[in-house]
Amino acid sequence: MKAIKHIGLVLFIIGLAIFTGTLFTGSFSLTEAELNAFIASKDYKSELIKGELKQATVTNEHLNIFEFSSRVRNAYESSNKHYDALIAKYDEEKNWDKKGEQYQYKIYGKPHTLSYEIAKKAGSGFVKENAGFLWWLTFGLGIIGALLFILPNLVLLGRPGIKNNHIYHQASTNRGWIAWLVLVYLVVFYLLLYFYPDYVVNWTFILDPISKFLNGGSASQWFVYGFLYCVIMIVMAVRMYIKYRHNKYQIIRTTSVLFFQIVFAFLIPEIMTSLNMPGYDFKNAFPLDYDFFFEWNLDSLRESGAIGLFILVWGIVLTLIIVPVMVYFFGKRWYCSWVCGCGGLAETLGDPYRQHSNKSLNAWKLERWLIHSVLVFSLIMTLVTLYCYFSGAEAFLGIKSQWIKDTYSFLIGAWFAGVIGTGFYPIFGNRVWCRFGCPLAAYLGLVQRFKSRFRITTNGGQCISCGNCSTYCEQGIDVRAYAQKGENIVRASCVGCGICSAVCPRGVLKLENGPEKGRINPTEILLGNDVDLMDLVNQK
Amino acid sequence: MEEHIVIIGNGISGVTAARHIRKLSDKKITIVSAETDYFFSRTALMYVYMGHMKFEHTQPYENWFWKKNRINLKKGYVKQIEAKAKTLHFATGETLKYDKLIIATGSKPNKFGWPGQDLKGVMGMYHKQDLDNLEKYAPNNEVCKRAVIVGGGLIGIELAEMLHSRHIPVTFLVRESSFWNGVLPEGESAMINREIRANGIDLRLSTNLKEIIADNNGQVKSVILEETGEEIACNVVGLTAGVSPNIGFIKDSEVETGRGVKVNRYLETNIPDVYAIGDCAEQHEGIDQRRPIEAVWYTGRMMGETVAQTICGNRIMYNPGHWFNSTKFMDIEYQTYGWVWAQPKDNEARFYWEHEDGNKCIHINYDKSTRQFIGINTFGIRMRHDFFNKVLTEKQSVDYVLEHLLDANFDPEFYKLHERAIIAQFNKENNTNIQLKKKSWKRIFA
Repeated sequence: MKAIKHIGLVLFIIGLAIFTGTLFTGSFSLTEAELNAFIASKDYKSELIKGELKQATVTNEHLNIFEFSSRVRNAYESSNKHYDALIAKYDEEKNWDKKGEQYQYKIYGKPHTLSYEIAKKAGSGFVKENAGFLWWLTFGLGIIGALLFILPNLVLLGRPGIKNNHIYHQASTNRGWIAWLVLVYLVVFYLLLYFYPDYVVNWTFILDPISKFLNGGSASQWFVYGFLYCVIMIVMAVRMYIKYRHNKYQIIRTTSVLFFQIVFAFLIPEIMTSLNMPGYDFKNAFPLDYDFFFEWNLDSLRESGAIGLFILVWGIVLTLIIVPVMVYFFGKRWYCSWVCGCGGLAETLGDPYRQHSNKSLNAWKLERWLIHSVLVFSLIMTLVTLYCYFSGAEAFLGIKSQWIKDTYSFLIGAWFAGVIGTGFYPIFGNRVWCRFGCPLAAYLGLVQRFKSRFRITTNGGQCISCGNCSTYCEQGIDVRAYAQKGENIVRASCVGCGICSAVCPRGVLKLENGPEKGRINPTEILLGNDVDLMDLVNQK
Repeated sequence: MEEHIVIIGNGISGVTAARHIRKLSDKKITIVSAETDYFFSRTALMYVYMGHMKFEHTQPYENWFWKKNRINLKKGYVKQIEAKAKTLHFATGETLKYDKLIIATGSKPNKFGWPGQDLKGVMGMYHKQDLDNLEKYAPNNEVCKRAVIVGGGLIGIELAEMLHSRHIPVTFLVRESSFWNGVLPEGESAMINREIRANGIDLRLSTNLKEIIADNNGQVKSVILEETGEEIACNVVGLTAGVSPNIGFIKDSEVETGRGVKVNRYLETNIPDVYAIGDCAEQHEGIDQRRPIEAVWYTGRMMGETVAQTICGNRIMYNPGHWFNSTKFMDIEYQTYGWVWAQPKDNEARFYWEHEDGNKCIHINYDKSTRQFIGINTFGIRMRHDFFNKVLTEKQSVDYVLEHLLDANFDPEFYKLHERAIIAQFNKENNTNIQLKKKSWKRIFA
């Protein structure tokens, strides 16, 4: 069994190494005809860009993606610089007409995104020409290796039950060198994905055939991310199924997040795209779906006829009615640990790291400040965006619409949710984003705290303060602090993963939805002691 | 100047007392401990060795808690209590004056004078120091090729589970003919025997230790069994044959002791302003059907809650409610409410249901003639403390309990419920026609 595990690990690492290695392969260049077609499709007004790009990309040299990207970005930059210089010149001459004319020649967009678009067309090489084979060498080996690593746990973990043995003895799960290595890999992955998409263009080649099959188009970096996301969740869900095979709540919950990720977040949007509809994730509620009210999205929905209108109405109803009503009946868990994609990854890939959330009181204070600030930020951004959208203004309350959207997308959308949210799993736990950053979680949390039937019931006086519940709470709730006082746990941040209840060796905790009355039950004297004393102290 | 309350022992009893005294008053509070700087959950030490947690996770309060609540922590070993001068003498020669003293020193593992019981590699599993020792002598199965555990109680099986987690072969010597059968009835006890063996542990029932043999370095080499004379080679011996009050330092003071520190129902000793709570306290007579000494987490906590009232001017009796307890035997959770004795008493009737997988059972004890519910053991099924507490207070019948079993269930959502099977068996055995009532939140939270 151990040998199988080791073979699995080796296969996985080989797959990962090849996957990473593909980034450095391939050769990038365009023919003149390809370049002309590209430029025609882009409708650039710049008179220089064609020459610059031709010099950069129409070549017999073997350029790798990094060299190619650098040349392309320089081409755009020199074109833009040329017109910037003219703008400055006319500005000095106070020739306002001429100055104004120059702006149309400038090419906007992030340099690496511009470079990605050309690279996608310019790439050639073994990876692109053998996508299917490469899929097996990367995804295939990775999946098979991971499964070989995971499946022997059925035997190795021993009989069904909580088996958290050695979590704090291993470098991978106790913030050792393996954990740091994984952190670096994940952070670099997210940085490339968000800010240097051209560098990962080779990965898109591997998935082009699958993308074409699903939506008719070739794969983008976001398709790669979505596909990888699903694959990782499926594989790590197998791990969950084995680890918690005695616990039906965990099994059903894992199946649920898996279903919503694969069907709602991945397949339905892809199919919609192939049908020429706007690809939409029907479960992704605003404000987590922060660009729902962005101009481009509203325009796209308005142009999409009935389905667009439906999505618009659904998105609003989801946030304003469905989400809070469901939280009232079931707690925010119905979303955060049963439906949500971020939660889904946290509950599968992130499960081995759940113990790293910080349980200190200071962390809780930070959490409340941060998450509610992000909620306010997202609402202000949306307010500004909508005002500007309908009024045609560029700013509202002195805040520029474009600026606040860019800032939010960069700080919250990319850095917080992605780079930190997932990248920091191995050291800071699997719910950093959900706990400190997610504006939807903040909103659900407020409902859960003040108007919900959900609570974690503490079973009378049975707590022995062992600390398993707090240790394994991914949201950093000091569950024990409540349980050892005989108090139910009613906290805004609880996502109802149910692990505290699972790891409790005394059967003290139960997630349940019941009447609001008595849900919050501060206690000083616990059940089991003198009834008169309990009355005296608890009811004053 | 506020009164100075000194508490010896920073376990659950002492710390609970300190917390409640602070809630009720502004008295000066000092907790003395020789074991650790901060309060930790003793019952959780096993999880540290198993790698489920780090030691810091066993500490229920962050380190700033004590200063914020003005509870002074003093590390030191109290050598002597000088009651007349209200002074504690420490092993270092220091002294500490108190106005009121709470003795909450807990237990220590029993040793029964076995030859070799103080050798290197022989340990209990009670103190933080035992954990450090175990880490030293049994870090893995290369250093410790086999461990022998002597004494079949709750700590013994925990130690077996701990060693098993590091793949160290374990021989488990149990004096009784079946595991913990002084407390557990036959069915439950047999279930735990099976559970122990299913985990690959060499369980030896009706087996006693004769002596522990040393190697040349004064370290454990093997043990000899009483009954057969068999020698079992091992590197670690765990002594888990129960615990007794940790009161050696009191013996030559004026405080009256028996097996523990003798206290009345107010938890007062024979010396004014000296109290004893928790494992180390011994009631002159057991309360209700309880034992005079109760070495249980929950009773320690209750005594702490109670003594704080008395010390703060509201003198009340220690008057624990209905008995309850719980533990986990390897993978099988156990809870008990009310009384289910190992052997039925004359007035008692029993109902035992066991699931076909052999890992779950319930055992109900009730009065033969009045049908009043007396207690329940539940294995592998979680039950609601509140429910049974109420049932016991209201003196409900066994029929009532069975009818409302769905209210009692505390298993996680979606778990397969066995109430129907349980009731069907009861009806069949007793020619009754009890119908299961639907779960009612109204009743549960009434």
